[in-house]
Amino acid sequence: MLLTLTTTHRPATDLGFVLRKNPARAQSFNLNFGKAHVFYPEATEERCTMALLVEVDPVGLVRTRRGPSGEGGLLDQYVNDRPYAASSFLSVALADVFGTALTGQCLEKPKLGELAIPLRVELPALPCRGGDEFLRKLFEPLGYRVEAVRLPLDEASPEWGDSSYHRVVLEATLPVHQLLSHLYVLIPVLDNDKHYWVGDDEVSKLLRRGEGWLTAHPEREAIARRYLKHQRGLVSDALRQLIVDGEPDPDEAAEVQAAEEANVERGLSLNEQRLGTVLAALKGVGATSVLDLGCGEGRLLRQLYKDRQFKRIVGIDVSHRVLEMAADRLHYDRFSDAQKERLKILQGSLMYRDARLEGFDAAAVVEVIEHLDPPRLAAFERSVFEFARPGTVVVTTPNREYNVRWETLPAGRFRHRDHRFEWSRDEFQAWSRRVSERFGYTVRFLPVGPEDAEVGAPTQMGIFERRVA
Amino acid sequence: MNIVLPELSLVVLIGVSGSGKSTLARRHFKPTEVLSSDVCRGWVSDDDNNQAVTSDAFDVLHFLARKRLKIGRLTVVDATNVQPESRKPLVEIAREFHCLPVAIVLDLPERLAHERNRNRSDRAFGPHVIRKQSSELHQSLKRLAREGFRHVYLLRTPEQVESAVITRTPLWNNRKDDHGPFDLIGDVHGCFDELVELLALLGYAPSADDGIWRHPAGRKLVFVGDLVDRGPKVPEVLRLVMDAVKAGVALCVPGNHDDKLKRKLMGRNVNVAHGLAESLSQLEAYERLEPGFNQRVTDFLDALVSHYVLDDGKLVVAHAGMKESMQGRGSGAVREFALYGETTGETDEFGLPVRFDWASEYRGSATVVYGHTPVPEPEWLNRTINIDTGCVFGGSLTALRYPEREFVSVRAKQTYAESKRRFLEEGQAAPVLSAQQQQDDVLDLSDVTGKRLLETRWLGRVTIREENGVAALEVMSRFAINPKWLIYLPPTMSPSGTSQQPGLLEHPAEAFAYFRHEGVPRVVCEEKHMGSRAVVIVCRDEAAALRRFGVADEGIGVCYTRTGRHFFEDRATADALLSEVHQAVTRAGFWEEFRTDWICLDCELMPWSAKAQGLIQGQYAPVAAAAGSMLSLAVGSLKSATARGLEVGDLLARTEHRASLVGDYVAAYRRYCWPVDGIDGLKLAPFHLLATEGKVHTDQTNDWHMQTLSRLAGGLVMATPFRVVDVTQPESEADAVRWWEELTGQGGEGMVVKPQTFVAKGKRGLIQPAVKCRGREYLRIIYGPEYTVDENLVRLRSRGLHSKRSLALREFALGLEALDRFVRREPLRRVHECVFGVLALESEPVDPRL
Repeated sequence: MLLTLTTTHRPATDLGFVLRKNPARAQSFNLNFGKAHVFYPEATEERCTMALLVEVDPVGLVRTRRGPSGEGGLLDQYVNDRPYAASSFLSVALADVFGTALTGQCLEKPKLGELAIPLRVELPALPCRGGDEFLRKLFEPLGYRVEAVRLPLDEASPEWGDSSYHRVVLEATLPVHQLLSHLYVLIPVLDNDKHYWVGDDEVSKLLRRGEGWLTAHPEREAIARRYLKHQRGLVSDALRQLIVDGEPDPDEAAEVQAAEEANVERGLSLNEQRLGTVLAALKGVGATSVLDLGCGEGRLLRQLYKDRQFKRIVGIDVSHRVLEMAADRLHYDRFSDAQKERLKILQGSLMYRDARLEGFDAAAVVEVIEHLDPPRLAAFERSVFEFARPGTVVVTTPNREYNVRWETLPAGRFRHRDHRFEWSRDEFQAWSRRVSERFGYTVRFLPVGPEDAEVGAPTQMGIFERRVA
Repeated sequence: MNIVLPELSLVVLIGVSGSGKSTLARRHFKPTEVLSSDVCRGWVSDDDNNQAVTSDAFDVLHFLARKRLKIGRLTVVDATNVQPESRKPLVEIAREFHCLPVAIVLDLPERLAHERNRNRSDRAFGPHVIRKQSSELHQSLKRLAREGFRHVYLLRTPEQVESAVITRTPLWNNRKDDHGPFDLIGDVHGCFDELVELLALLGYAPSADDGIWRHPAGRKLVFVGDLVDRGPKVPEVLRLVMDAVKAGVALCVPGNHDDKLKRKLMGRNVNVAHGLAESLSQLEAYERLEPGFNQRVTDFLDALVSHYVLDDGKLVVAHAGMKESMQGRGSGAVREFALYGETTGETDEFGLPVRFDWASEYRGSATVVYGHTPVPEPEWLNRTINIDTGCVFGGSLTALRYPEREFVSVRAKQTYAESKRRFLEEGQAAPVLSAQQQQDDVLDLSDVTGKRLLETRWLGRVTIREENGVAALEVMSRFAINPKWLIYLPPTMSPSGTSQQPGLLEHPAEAFAYFRHEGVPRVVCEEKHMGSRAVVIVCRDEAAALRRFGVADEGIGVCYTRTGRHFFEDRATADALLSEVHQAVTRAGFWEEFRTDWICLDCELMPWSAKAQGLIQGQYAPVAAAAGSMLSLAVGSLKSATARGLEVGDLLARTEHRASLVGDYVAAYRRYCWPVDGIDGLKLAPFHLLATEGKVHTDQTNDWHMQTLSRLAGGLVMATPFRVVDVTQPESEADAVRWWEELTGQGGEGMVVKPQTFVAKGKRGLIQPAVKCRGREYLRIIYGPEYTVDENLVRLRSRGLHSKRSLALREFALGLEALDRFVRREPLRRVHECVFGVLALESEPVDPRL
């Protein structure tokens, strides 16, 4: 990776004193991930440019597997942008090579260290996750003029579009140590990755390098979040130290935001209404043993658990990772044996017959069927209605007709990337009637969410009850 | 005294403390066969005489007894067992596992016990204990038979104990040593004419001397029962069967009708219905011609054994079927099951079939042949087959040839009786799906989860770890195609050993050496295409897809990836590709040549960019973009610095070299990318003709596969260049190396080297079915643009192939096993567990660059 730093301060060669690197010779430094070279492509009275070229050992990168991205991440791959793109490796190299300059000390010319001089930085490959808009939001408040050209993915295939890398030029007049601090913090923030494990000392690094500018930066929350690699605990530690009294807790705000972004169905807490209606249906039929088929992170499980009517609750999901999250959120590890007996979380699949699901009063299948490939619905129907055969089955699924009412949803698109289909009311009802006919159930339908005269409610619900002979 | 024990029995020793039970047990049984209550006391409490833990000690004893009987091991209970309440659970356990409880009672003079106990320091109880036990024992003696003990042996003197001999006898149903071959005959019900016709068709003829029906090749007849009732010639049928059984050329198990007739003949009060009247009147007439015949019939029927276990346990015959836990066991319940089958209700309150019937739940490894309920056609379900095709009701009389598994049947000459439940509707449409296919609609989770041990033909037992199954379950459930299509997943492929030649990581020399060292003289080298692995199944038409795969409305076939996903997201592209392949197969005449309605091909589908677009745009191209921009500025800056007289010459040269390597890298990945519109631009290169009806083509050489498949070339299907190389001939090898250099010099991925035979065994068993040798330029997209720099190459050469190769073998064996089972028409769960296993193994951590 490469960074060049140019000044037109006179005499421009003073840059050598500020950086403590002599323009008259090239120098190399060993780093634990490769080598850094410092040389000056130009060094005249009018203009002086320092180039920092960092050679990252591409094999060592993978073989030693440093950092959190190790397993399965980009650092696991030999085909890797790290030797070329500006990243946390560059920050580390900056701190190693220009440690003294970063503190603002300049032994030979003490005043020069704090002197604001015209500076120009060029970064030929800066990853900007979040686009150049974010790049500008980071640097412009600090007084930079930003010039960014997005690199195409492949000139031979223009239809592939652009990459997330930019060739970036930053210009500002300020003391060199400030510029170095800005780069040190903001390069990994733009990259949104770290090659090393983000630990507690990372907070103090951020606070030290951010001294004097981070508190006032309008993007400080995003900076802290990304710099600390989304370690939520650390982020709030850091932010608490950055916050002025009386401001809202940004951690909380972030959580709300994430939930909102995750859901096209924003504007009304449809999910709450859906779970409420499911709960009402389950209580209405007097169920005491219930299955939550496709329980996900366990939102319905938590509601069921709070209600003493339900004596036996089993949550099933096919994703092991999601089940771990569900267990986490329920604090399942702190459950007593009796509690664990009352609520169980199991990996299972609705594509298979599963003897563990037999003998329940009711099952909730909330926003699940639309994730199944249509040819495999038959297996789902039999495994639930024929084999598990609960007394009541509550099924919810999106009502496709309502999609035209979502402002943010492009026409013809599904609400979720993994949806394999979304049904109109007629389609859902036809399917439900066929299933209830075949397996000996009756079915009634309920709208969930605000009902629109023309397109119905956003979610449709079928309540299937087993017929008694 | 000779004590005869059935080979599987629960032997209960009964006697007071000190009566010599343990001594007797030690003398006649293996130590592991004896469960002693005192030993259990010791295990629980460290004290063999601790009476306080009696209840827990017996829990342990009963637990162990259950485990042993479950797997069919004779078990001896060494405890006093003088109280009825201590014997009761033992009789229940014996019943639970359908084995016979046998009592051996040691009723020795009381004083002997007193003496023995006095001499033992560890028995610290008074004589009153023995007295009490003794009186309980005597009260028990009369009751033992009523309690359920099938045999009771009483030893009254030390001499009797001393001279007792114990013999173990096999159960009557155990005919495991009888290997046939057999012809199994369905319910005859007095249809003598059809029986004779069927026997003749099977090659049997009455011997000139004794008139007994025999087969020239020594085959054996097995009748699944219900010889009598309803039909016109019951006595003739009985006579034929009785004679053959007596002569040792036939076996017969009883049917419910036979059993009822026997009871009637023995003078019991039975309801004369369901055709019994016909049997009785025919027998009465026959008795007049041949006095004593009825007695012979009675004796014959009375001696019939409920079911037989034949051919090393691989074949079980019973009239109404036999579930796994009862096979080879003897109890009233077993007999009841053999005669009547599962006696629970046939349908539930909604008219749905009850799913807990034994055949649909059957998971046993033995084939079960039965009759009892007439069916229009014999149909396999989970290795069970009902061969009662209702001859007496106007259907047919069917024989199953074993081990050939072929059916031979003759039509009924007339309808002799009306069936209460119509089983042959006139003009009745055949069911859309077979019983097996209907059952296969839903697989059972317990067949894929947990630690699994899978038996494969080529590699023996393959273990699937539970945690790997967890990952596979998600992939299989969320992304995989309909499991009915998924009859194979391809194995991973290992590279050749690492080359030490300058600038190279892989070279054919190592691949050739590998096979030579394993004793393989000839290999097949195939050009390796850089695309994505695809498995293609094509059927002759949709009807064939329904018939053979049980898949409806999903087109004439499927094209899926190595993880079992649809290759194409849109159905139209997939259909277009399948239609092209279908045309190619038709053109080449494969349907006729292989006498098949379907074909399964292992292929490479190009371009790489068709499937890997995300990878290219998310990883390969961005790296090139960043590298290009950064290195060109670096070269510029270094040139300026050189012009200023700075000593950066080495760095400049190195950086320029890096820039040129990145250029090579870009050229490498671009070669595998080209635009595709629908199927325009796609290329399919099949390299294994995996399977067609009745055959997995593992017996053909790899060059046969390539030659045969080259006949499909045309349109988007392409033939792959290949050559056979003799690895004992240096010239032959050198030729192949030149070819490889040519291929890779033009930017090709390289080649795959396979042993000539599809499955090859070496010194230590199965060897790699294929090894890849990738070209120097291709490997840039695997090991990074700059991997060829010496200091990088040196380190990259240390790579271990062991786990990759072990994985490749296990996946290979499982994939072929899945195909074998599919071709043998085994239940889908048996195919699915193998395919699931391949997917699970894929989640094992292995260096992804290999």
